[in-house]
Amino acid sequence: MSIDLKTIKHISKLSRISVDEKRAEKLADDLNSIFEFIEKLNELKTDDVKPLTSIAETTLKFRSDEIKSKNIREQIIKNSPENNEDYFVVPKVIE
Amino acid sequence: MSDITKQSLTELVENIQNKKLSSTDVTKAFIQRSEKSSELNAYITDDFTSALDKAKKFDQNPNLDLKLPGIPMAVKDLFCTKNVKTTAGSKILNNFVPTYESTITENIWNEGAILLGKLNCDEFAMGSSNETSYFGNVQNPIDKNLVPGGSSGGSASAVAGQLTPITIGTDTGGSIRQPASFTGIVGLKPTYGSCSRYGIVAFASSLDQAGPMAQNVKDCALLQEVISTYDPKDSTSINFKRNHYSKELTKNIKGKKIGIPKEYRVDGMPKEIEDLWQKGIQYVKDCGAETIDISLPHTSYALPTYYIVAPAEASSNLARYDGVKYGYRAKGENLIDMYEKTRSEGFGAEVQRRIMIGTYVLSSGYYDAYYLKAQKVRKLIKNDFDEAYKKVDAILTPSTPSSAFKIGEKTNDPVSMYLNDIFTVPVNLAGLPGISIPAGHDTKGYPLGLQIIGKAFDEQNILNIAFAMEEKINFKNKITDWWIK
Repeated sequence: MSIDLKTIKHISKLSRISVDEKRAEKLADDLNSIFEFIEKLNELKTDDVKPLTSIAETTLKFRSDEIKSKNIREQIIKNSPENNEDYFVVPKVIE
Repeated sequence: MSDITKQSLTELVENIQNKKLSSTDVTKAFIQRSEKSSELNAYITDDFTSALDKAKKFDQNPNLDLKLPGIPMAVKDLFCTKNVKTTAGSKILNNFVPTYESTITENIWNEGAILLGKLNCDEFAMGSSNETSYFGNVQNPIDKNLVPGGSSGGSASAVAGQLTPITIGTDTGGSIRQPASFTGIVGLKPTYGSCSRYGIVAFASSLDQAGPMAQNVKDCALLQEVISTYDPKDSTSINFKRNHYSKELTKNIKGKKIGIPKEYRVDGMPKEIEDLWQKGIQYVKDCGAETIDISLPHTSYALPTYYIVAPAEASSNLARYDGVKYGYRAKGENLIDMYEKTRSEGFGAEVQRRIMIGTYVLSSGYYDAYYLKAQKVRKLIKNDFDEAYKKVDAILTPSTPSSAFKIGEKTNDPVSMYLNDIFTVPVNLAGLPGISIPAGHDTKGYPLGLQIIGKAFDEQNILNIAFAMEEKINFKNKITDWWIK
């Protein structure tokens, strides 16, 4: 298996990380060497193995849906790069 | 007292409780030494002025019943600290000032400790040498231009260099134990679910676990006692009966069965590591324990499994950094362009690489071949340990396949960097506790560590084994203060 530049472009789009041509080539090299290493797993037959989905092997607890943090609007907005009163501001989405 | 910073946590606590030292004395001493240690680059942010105020306040009305009375402490910059910048070693969080406190640091402050500052680490804890940090690499106090290991490299450097009496790190694939081994200190990765993940910048949620890093086993046990609490705010926190680790600490390990896994004898492992391991085996025997050869047959599949599971979880966790709610924002022509530029400029190369691997293995058409496959192999790795623990109480291995390497030596080859974690990663995949203790030196005088792996929730047992071995090993770290200005 080999990851080509087209695949890198596709993953870059899915990851929302812009990548220029030069970096794309380097990334393709890196990912290919990493995936070559990962291919080792194919030596193992795992058809009958149940995947490990929770390390603690406990079911997640339910909790009642109560509001515990009150009046934290200011705290939530505090670290935003741009805000307008109670709103996060982003570049215009609808023309 | 000029030698305050040389004292262990246990000694400092005693001296403060006996009023031989004040919190101000101790805090001042660590601040002064930290200020002379900028060459190590262990700190990202210091909080010295505030620390001194807190120490003075503590001394006015000291509560000496606390477990960490007036003890100054710097922590890895992955723990959210209220009103103190928390960067995770990344440009994307360079301006992030949390409005809340992580549960673990909250526990620490509640026991009387005082924040000295935030310690350098690999970006989002992704790295094994502290070279991926946006704030530059960290120097190992052992020797110039030597990596301290990673990702908790700043933490390891700060404890070994005596800039803080003790610290906390996080360990996703070895990030506490490997740097502990590289710098000649003790580092414990607790059982998954033992210490709350609330308020820790997330990397790989099914693997991440915070733990103590210390000069000795007793200090490590004391800090573990403080940070290990059940926390409803972390849905994977487990409510089990926790020991008083420091009080119950004993060197009596007679009759304990210690497993020696043959698969950890990897190709190309330096002879000095094999020799160290043999010495370790002799030490536990000298302490009255019995060693048993065991097999963990899927060991060699642990790293490839890790490099699917960890990036997959990371790509999902790091989706939140979008330049909208907090963190760095780049200018863009439209919303999508803003996202893509923010993440391209805000994340470093290693983080981008891992997000891309994770995105790929989770993408349509590849999920079964990679992610599902990895989860199945992860089950096999866990089964290996379950089988082994029918016969033994703990497992003894080297912590790392080599001693610390030079800065820049492995940055161009990601796979050779990943191989550093070959002995530590299986423990995270199986959710078990593991401790690294300094056990000897290589021919260059660099420290080497041994790892003791325990059953789930059996921290007390591995701490006891470490405590017994520590006395036999009688390790002395070779710190020459070369960096002091």
